[in-house]
Amino acid sequence: MKTITMAGTLALLAVSGAFHAASAQAVVQADGSSTVFPVTEAMAEEFQKANPNIKVTVGLSGTGGGFKKFCRGETDISNASRPITAAEQKACKEAGVEYIELPVALDALTVIVHPSNDWASEMTVAELKTIWQPEAQGKITNWKQVRSSFPDKPLVLYGAGVDSGTYDYFTAAIVGKEHSSRGDFTASEDDNVLVQGVAGDPNALGFFGLAYFEENADKLKAVKIKLNDAAPAIEPSVENARTGKYQPLSRPIFIYVSKKAAEAKPEVAKFVEFYQDPKHAVELIKEVGYVPLPEAALKAFQERFAKREIGTGFTGSKVGVSVEDLLKEKLVY
Amino acid sequence: MTDISQLSEAEIIRSARRSEKRFALLGLSVLSLTMLVLLTLIIDFMVDGLGRIDYDFLTSFPSRRPNDAGILSAWVGSALVMIVTAALAVPLGVAAGLYLEEYAPKNLITNLIEINVTNLAGVPSIIYGLLALGLFIQMFGLGQTIFVAGLTLALLILPIIIVATREAVRSIPQEVREAAFALGADKWQTVGGYILPAARPGILTGAIVGMSRAIGETAPIITIGALTFIAFLPPSPVGPEFPFINFDWLGSPFTVMPIQMFNWVSRPQAGFHVNAAATGLILLAMTLLMNAGAIWLRYKLRRAMR
Repeated sequence: MKTITMAGTLALLAVSGAFHAASAQAVVQADGSSTVFPVTEAMAEEFQKANPNIKVTVGLSGTGGGFKKFCRGETDISNASRPITAAEQKACKEAGVEYIELPVALDALTVIVHPSNDWASEMTVAELKTIWQPEAQGKITNWKQVRSSFPDKPLVLYGAGVDSGTYDYFTAAIVGKEHSSRGDFTASEDDNVLVQGVAGDPNALGFFGLAYFEENADKLKAVKIKLNDAAPAIEPSVENARTGKYQPLSRPIFIYVSKKAAEAKPEVAKFVEFYQDPKHAVELIKEVGYVPLPEAALKAFQERFAKREIGTGFTGSKVGVSVEDLLKEKLVY
Repeated sequence: MTDISQLSEAEIIRSARRSEKRFALLGLSVLSLTMLVLLTLIIDFMVDGLGRIDYDFLTSFPSRRPNDAGILSAWVGSALVMIVTAALAVPLGVAAGLYLEEYAPKNLITNLIEINVTNLAGVPSIIYGLLALGLFIQMFGLGQTIFVAGLTLALLILPIIIVATREAVRSIPQEVREAAFALGADKWQTVGGYILPAARPGILTGAIVGMSRAIGETAPIITIGALTFIAFLPPSPVGPEFPFINFDWLGSPFTVMPIQMFNWVSRPQAGFHVNAAATGLILLAMTLLMNAGAIWLRYKLRRAMR
C-alpha cells in the first residue's frame, strides 16, 4: 500500500508543480508551417548560441494549426508558408491579437521530371495549366496531349498534399485559382515520397520546394519555366528567384509576429531582429535551401518591424509579384 | 467429406494428427512472418542508423546541420513524460481494477463500466489527444507541458492497466481470500496483504505493456502541440538547495523521440533520414529494455512469492 500512497502524493505534488509553470524564464515560442520550420530552426539555433539565457522553441503544427494557436495568443511567432487567410484574420482580430507580417525568404517551387526525360526541359505556364487544371482529370493522361512534339508516353503526376501551402500556391500560380486542380495525382504531405516517386518513374512529373530538388539533384531533373511563349525559359535557382526572374513559381514565406509579444517580451523583439539581420540571415537561409530576400526588401521589412506596423498586404495567395511589389501593398488589419 | 463411421480408429487418429500438424505449420509460418517483418525493420534501422549513434548524438540538441544534430532534448523529454505517465496511470489503474474486481457490487452499472473500460482500450490514440487538447489545454489552460503530455498518455494507457489488474486479481484462487478471512483478516488486510502481492506480476506486465505503447505514441502528443525544435533541457528535478527536489520540470515545454523522428523523416537532407533511423533504433532499444526489465522484475517477484 505504501507504493500507492507514495505515488498518489507524487501525483498531487505534480499537479501543484505544473501550475507555477515555466513563466519565469525568457522563452520565445514559435510554431507553424513545416516549410518555414528549417529557417526558423536555423535562426533559433544560432540565436541561442549568441544569447544563451534566452530560449527559443519551434513547433510543427502546419501553417493553419500554427495560426490557430497564434490567434489564441498561445505563441509569439507563427511560421507561415502562405499569407494569413480572411478567416484567420477574423479569428486574430476577435481575440485581439495584432500581428506584424514579415516575409523572411523566398521558396522557388520546382517542377521536376525523371533525369531520363529528354523532352520536357522547359515548359510554359499554359502547358502546366493544361496538365493540372481540374478539367484535365482523366483526360490529359499522355505527354503528347501537352505538346504535340512530346512523345506518346503516359503522364504520371505527383504533387504536394492538398492541405499544404505549397499546393495552394502552385494551383494559384498555374491553374489561376487557389486550391483547385485535378484530383488524380499522387499527393503527399511528405516531399520525400514525391522525390522517390518521380525518381523512380521515367514518365513522371511533380512539384515541390527548391530545397528538396537541390538535395536530390542527382536523381531528378528540374524543368525550366517560361511565363509565356515569348518569355525566356528560366531555371529554378536561388539566384533567379532572388532577382525575381523565376516567375510565377517563387513565393514568399513568412513569419507573423504578435505585436503584444514583441512589445511585452524583449526577447521576442530581439529574436525577430536577429532573424531579419542581413549579416547572418542571408547565409543561414541559403544554407537550409531557401532563397534570401533581396537587400532592399530585407531592409524594408526590418523597418516594418521596427515601426511595429500591423496587418497583412494579402488577400489570398498573390502570384507573379516581386517582393518589391509586396512592399507597396497597403496593410490591412 | 469422408464419413467418419467408415474409417478405422487408426485412420481417425492419423487424420487428427495431420490436421494438428497443419495447424502447427500454419501457426509457425504466421509467427515466422511476423518475426521476419520485425527483423527486417530492425536490420533496416541498423543499416541506416547504427553508425550514427555515438556519445555526441545522445548529448547534442537538434540542429539545422544533420551531422551536429542529436536527440538529447528528445530522449530526456520521452523519459520525463514516461515518469509522469507511470506515476499517474499505475496507481489509478491498479486502484480502479482492484475496486471493480473486489469491492464493486455486481450490478448493471458495474457491468456497464466494465464494458466501457474494455472498449476504451481500443479507442484510437488521436482521440485522447483531441480530448487533452480540448480539456487540459483549452479549457483548463494548462499549456503544452510535460505534465499535460504525461497526463494524456496516462489516460491512454489507463484502460490497459485496469484490464490487466482485473485479470491478475481474478486469477488468484478464491481459497486465498477464504484463508485470509478465516485467519481474521478484514477485507482491506486481505487485499493489501495477499491479493495485491499475488497479483503483482500480472499488474506489472500490464503496466509495462501500457508504457511501451505510450513511449512510441506520436499522434496525441502532436495534437496537444509538443514542440519540435527545443535546444534546452527542462529544469533539473534534483536541485542543490532545500528541499533538493523540485517539480518545475513538469511545466516545461518538451519534445519526444517519435516527434523528432517524424520531423527528420520529412526533411530534404539525407543526413536527417539517417538521424531518424538512429532515433528509431534508440526508441526500439528503450522499449525492449523496458520489457526486459518487466520480465526480470516479474521473475524476481514470482521467486519471492514461493
